[in-house]
Amino acid sequence: MSLISLSPWDLALAAGLVLLLAALSWRLHLDIERRMLIAAARSTVQLVLLGLVLKVLFEATHPLLIALLALVMLSVAGWEVMARQRRRYRGAWGYGIGALSMFLSSFGVTVLSLTLIIGVTPWYQPQYLIPLLGMLLGNTMNGIAIALDGLTRQAWEGRVKIEARLLLGEGWSEAIGDIRREALRAGLIPIVNAMASAGLVSLPGMMTGQILAGSPPLEAAKYQLLIMFMIAAGTGLGSVAAVWIGSRRLFDERERLRLDRLRMK
Amino acid sequence: MTALRLAGLRPLVHAAPLRPVDLELGDGDIVLLSGPSGAGKSLLLRAVADLDPNAGEVFIAETRRSQLPATEWRRRVGLLPAESGWWGEQVSDHFRLAGDEVAALLASLGFGTDVLDWDVMRLSTGERQRLALARLLANGPEALLLDEATANLDPANRERAEVLILDYRERRGAPLLWVSHDPDQRARLAAATDGRRLVVDGGRLQPEEAP
Repeated sequence: MSLISLSPWDLALAAGLVLLLAALSWRLHLDIERRMLIAAARSTVQLVLLGLVLKVLFEATHPLLIALLALVMLSVAGWEVMARQRRRYRGAWGYGIGALSMFLSSFGVTVLSLTLIIGVTPWYQPQYLIPLLGMLLGNTMNGIAIALDGLTRQAWEGRVKIEARLLLGEGWSEAIGDIRREALRAGLIPIVNAMASAGLVSLPGMMTGQILAGSPPLEAAKYQLLIMFMIAAGTGLGSVAAVWIGSRRLFDERERLRLDRLRMK
Repeated sequence: MTALRLAGLRPLVHAAPLRPVDLELGDGDIVLLSGPSGAGKSLLLRAVADLDPNAGEVFIAETRRSQLPATEWRRRVGLLPAESGWWGEQVSDHFRLAGDEVAALLASLGFGTDVLDWDVMRLSTGERQRLALARLLANGPEALLLDEATANLDPANRERAEVLILDYRERRGAPLLWVSHDPDQRARLAAATDGRRLVVDGGRLQPEEAP
């Protein structure tokens, strides 16, 4: 099997379907055609640009360039986590908690799998590093955003309960313990569900892409498994880190609940 | 001997209306606090318990607050907030030890020990208030900071709670800082215990004028 290259015309045909959908939206007064077209245009520009950047990167394999791209990906993901919070930590923490946890988990898991599992040399070979990191960041981002949002929302709503525990002499960690567990569980449920239904309900995107590109299905399945396990590990570690740092930040050095460190979006 | 001393204590909370407070309570002394809503009575109690950022110092039996870990300090000063918080599933989750002492506490508030098996989500407001008091006293605090401790109770239960609190004060020599909106209750308690009545208003603590 070999890769059938797509011509611009092929893509134009697919884009025509989106145009048709936009026309339908206009006809039905759904009022979403403008956003749909902009989104389609954005994805075209972004993905073509990414393709071009990766092409240069794959040819160069320059550590500095790769590090730069990885950093850009991480910063955008950190921004995205913050943007999804209804109650954000004030100051640098709002951005820092998400970005730091993603850095720890996504980079850690990616480097681990590149060196120990896939065994690429050099380990930062961009053809492996960038797609893996992208998959990880995209997915851990979700888990971390959900977990952090759950933590701050429940702390906000559960103030009376948390303070009652503090007043009876419990430490901060004990006082927010059940809320922390609940937030972590919420962050982990999507990936657990994804693992449970993989292959039955949906063909995961990455595997689909590999099969279309001509890989043997079993090889594609193995890579998909690797990715899923990495995502599960990354999401778990990242959520634990985010919820731990986030919950600590909700208390000060005298173990007072400091909801004034959050602000409504 | 001074059992509880507030030295220049002031809540550092946004819009806290209080000036620095100095107040001394000896063993078993009672101070009854009143004042309009928003005057800062609850904020003052919270500052004593170190629950909000605050300036100044508090001593309990000559021990400086800043020398103790926050957890130990809060266990010692015993603040009962106006709204009680509940977690877990059963009332028993809220009592570390369920011995005779707890049974006696519950009985003096009109509960049998079966209350320990009750579902916390199904407690009424009054039950919550009485159980929160029992939970606090079971913790053995050296002082009591009571914020509207009996506001949601019917007369019979209010009297039970008052008797229990005064009895605890008697046995332990615990000083009481008691916020109450009920003038009859303040007058009654002041008369029974030779307590001081103070009003929090305009950012200051002043003696309450006799009605």
